[in-house]
Amino acid sequence: MVRYSAFEIFKQGLTGHRNWPALWRDPVPKERYDVIIIGGGGHGLATAYYLAKEHGITNVAVLEKGWLGGGNTGRNTTIVRSNYMIEGNTEFYEHSLKLWEGLSQDLNYNVMFSQRGQYNTFHNPGQRDVARRRANTLRLNGIEAELIDAKQMAAEVPGLDYSANARFPILGAMYQKRAGTARHDAVAWGYARGADSFGVDIIQNCEVGEFIRDQGRITGVRTNRGDIRADKVGMAVAGHTSHVAAKAGLTLPIETHVLQAFVSEPLKPIFDTVISFGAAHFYISQSDKGGLVMGGDIDGYNSYAQRGGMPTMEHVFAAGVSFMPYLSRLKILRQWGGVMDMTMDGSPIICKSPIDGLYINGGWCYGGFKATPASGWCFAHTIARDEPHEFNAKFGLDRFSRGFALDERGAGPTPHAH
Amino acid sequence: MIRIDCPFCGPRDETEFTYGGDASRARPPLDETSEEVWNTYVFLRPNERGLHEEYWFHQHGCRAWLKVTRDMVSHAISEVVFARKDKST
Repeated sequence: MVRYSAFEIFKQGLTGHRNWPALWRDPVPKERYDVIIIGGGGHGLATAYYLAKEHGITNVAVLEKGWLGGGNTGRNTTIVRSNYMIEGNTEFYEHSLKLWEGLSQDLNYNVMFSQRGQYNTFHNPGQRDVARRRANTLRLNGIEAELIDAKQMAAEVPGLDYSANARFPILGAMYQKRAGTARHDAVAWGYARGADSFGVDIIQNCEVGEFIRDQGRITGVRTNRGDIRADKVGMAVAGHTSHVAAKAGLTLPIETHVLQAFVSEPLKPIFDTVISFGAAHFYISQSDKGGLVMGGDIDGYNSYAQRGGMPTMEHVFAAGVSFMPYLSRLKILRQWGGVMDMTMDGSPIICKSPIDGLYINGGWCYGGFKATPASGWCFAHTIARDEPHEFNAKFGLDRFSRGFALDERGAGPTPHAH
Repeated sequence: MIRIDCPFCGPRDETEFTYGGDASRARPPLDETSEEVWNTYVFLRPNERGLHEEYWFHQHGCRAWLKVTRDMVSHAISEVVFARKDKST
């Protein structure tokens, strides 16, 4: 692997930048591996990277049915934050944020992680109390969070509707300074390059048909590129976790729903942060190319279609325009939908499955992007050591039947929590 | 936009309806005490990438609960019946 540096750029420049090597090999699948990871998105590639780097397991294959990062890794709004309140989530997402902070250096690949901060606005005294409680909980856990009033927010983020006549007047916001955004494709590519450099085989256009079993134990997978055997098989296919798990005979506490995201025409810089509207589901940031990247709620009905419907689009922009009136003048250039594993408590699943040899990483609802580094890190630990790390100890499948659901929203058993 | 052919009102936009979720599950009797049975009912979902039976409430129409069979990938609806009628038969 060529290590990226200023010197390397200079050196490659001497030959007109024509000799940069490919970021990863395109290997033919071997017959046998120590570990197979199904799913070449951010989470699967991160798992392979940390299996090799932290646990010395390099005889690993990542199987991807399409191209790297072509699923939900490429279908999100790239927001990274760690303002989770429930024990179990708090330390996990904070660990993830810490990994993000060193990720570009660790991977020697610029994932363009930009800690531009994130505001969660509140619009009535009740919401302010909830935000204060959340901020205090975070601070008790050593995670920074600030409560700011509308006056301060207006100075920091001009252009929102701060008037008393707003449909939902802004009273202030909870602010996390270390939150931000990253370049989603770069995360997949950086982890792929890193894993490949340790000898991990990244195999694209390789779809898993069914599992190979030996006396109940999973010992490999049948794919469109032949049978591949392994001691352990991990799946990181959020959005399709139920679909793949069903091939192994598992039924999971997950429903699949579609979530949309939108990008506007490019603009000159308007705001340099991430803003989440507290009165309805709407979040927005501005990309380096100038487009406003926006998202809202899931469409509301079960779906495996990677596209969204117009009613939700209208709903998202109604919320956006009431919050940032200038959005009404903009054109939307791109819109896409991704399918989400919506768990029944809004929290993810990283654990050994009830079937020997099979490990599950999924249930990311619509918050998986920010978790990518810690997800891979914890999943690698779980696969390598056959037991969860303390950071994912509460993400087991059995938490539902045991009565230990991680209900961040406090909404009860519903596939709409997050 | 999904269009649901309500057996009482005719074809209407999804915005007139409220989604009621998976209709394939049956609530266990109240004297059921098995943790596993209740766990299956409350939390587990087949979530197949195919046909899905689901409830829709025609909130801004005839206010009837409907049972709809819809494809999870194409969103094509193959059957719409009254949920109540379906139950009694």
